Order: sequence, then structure tokens, then C-alpha cells
Amino acid sequence: MAEATGSSKRVERPLSPHLQIYRIQMTSVSSILTRITGHALMAGVILGVWWLLAAAVSEPYFALANAVMTSWFGKLVMTGSLWAVWYHYLAGLRHLLFDARLGLEIKTAERLGWACILGSVGLTVLTIVIV
Amino acid sequence: MQYLTDRKRAVGAGAAHSGTAHHWFMTVSSVVLAVMLPVWLYLFGAAIGGTRDQVVAAFANPFTAILTALVLVVSMRHFAKGSAVMVEDYAHGTARKAGLIFVSSLAAVIATTGLYALIRIAL
Repeated sequence: MAEATGSSKRVERPLSPHLQIYRIQMTSVSSILTRITGHALMAGVILGVWWLLAAAVSEPYFALANAVMTSWFGKLVMTGSLWAVWYHYLAGLRHLLFDARLGLEIKTAERLGWACILGSVGLTVLTIVIV
Repeated sequence: MQYLTDRKRAVGAGAAHSGTAHHWFMTVSSVVLAVMLPVWLYLFGAAIGGTRDQVVAAFANPFTAILTALVLVVSMRHFAKGSAVMVEDYAHGTARKAGLIFVSSLAAVIATTGLYALIRIAL
């Protein structure tokens, strides 16, 4: 009904998730970060699986993969993946809370977003110290 | 003649037309991963930096091998399904089909490669 009769031109409406319309806020940023970290984690997974494959195959192949793994680039990917996995972990727990109809008040939801960001940094540092 | 009414077909299917199956899968896999990951992160992190013999010995341990296999399979299914939703959100038409095939295949290749490496190391 929104289109004028006789016109075959479609109305250009914004597509979900309306990134260009909504004001940036804690709840949206923490949600988008969940998706970004989930996908960025693939860098760490690919490097880790390649390293494991190299260990299984031969000594020279492992020497190559291990050199990449223990280089500044490998350490950057692994440290970044560690933060990403902890962020995604905490954000996932938050989703389980939301599913249980908990923490849905705006103030609480915003605090939980900060908890995900600060908590993930804390857990990353803690993991590096322990391992 | 159709015996199911339109209403009956729609109940429980929601806007995604696939009901709650996807959401429930992500819930179950996230809980399972939440239990496994802290232990697995410690074992994997401890293995990094070792010689090949040390790495092979670490992943030949039955507990580490089984846990790594479980983490790989569950996380790659979790990724494939989560990533598929992102593709469905942003891509349309042929790009959507290609994207869905790509993320699903990528997850399968990574999981299978990891399992192959584990089998060679642990068996």
C-alpha cells in the first residue's frame, strides 16, 4: 500500500538491523561485539588447528607452524582470540540470563554490558597470568 | 486437500518460520561450551610454546584429546549456525546462498582437519 499505483519502483527501506538509524548505546554495542568476537575468533581457531595439524604431520611442518604461532603475529592473534573468547563467553552467559527473564531492565542490561567488557579484559589478564 | 489449517501450521514457527530449534541449539551448545572452555583454554594454552614432542604428548592424553575433539565439533557447529544468522541478516539473493554454503563448509573443514590431527596424534 505504501507504493503508488502504476509505479514499479520499490521503496528503498532500511534493512534490519538498522545500524545507520539507531543511536549507539551500551546495549547495542555489547550485542554487536558478541557477533564481531564470535567471527574474529575464527582467526585463532584456524591458526590453532593449523598448528595442531602441523604437530601431527612432521617435524619440519611443525617448525614452520610453531614459528608463526610463537611470533609476534601469532601472539597477537592468540591474545586477541583469548579476549574475544572471554567476551563472547560472558555475553553468552548474559544471553542465558536474558532467556531466564533476568537483567532485562535498561539500567541492569547496561551494567551487564560493562560487566562483559571489563570482565573479559580481567579474565584475559588472569588467563595469561595462570597459563 | 490439506487437513492442517493455516493457523496450525503457523503456531510456534514465528517470524523465522523455523520455530525455536535454532535458538535452542545455540542455548544448548553455549552451555556445553561454557563448561568445557575454561579447562580446555588452560590445556591448550599450556601446550603452546612446547617442542613437537611435548605438544604431541599433551594432545595424546585421552582427556585432552577427547575434550579438544568435543570443543572443536560443538564450537564449529555453534559458529556455523551463528554465522548463518549474520549472513541472513546482511546478504540477500545469491550472495546469501553463497555465504551460507561458505560458512557451513568452513566450519566443516576446520572441524575435520582438527579431528584428523587429533586422531594422528592420539592413536
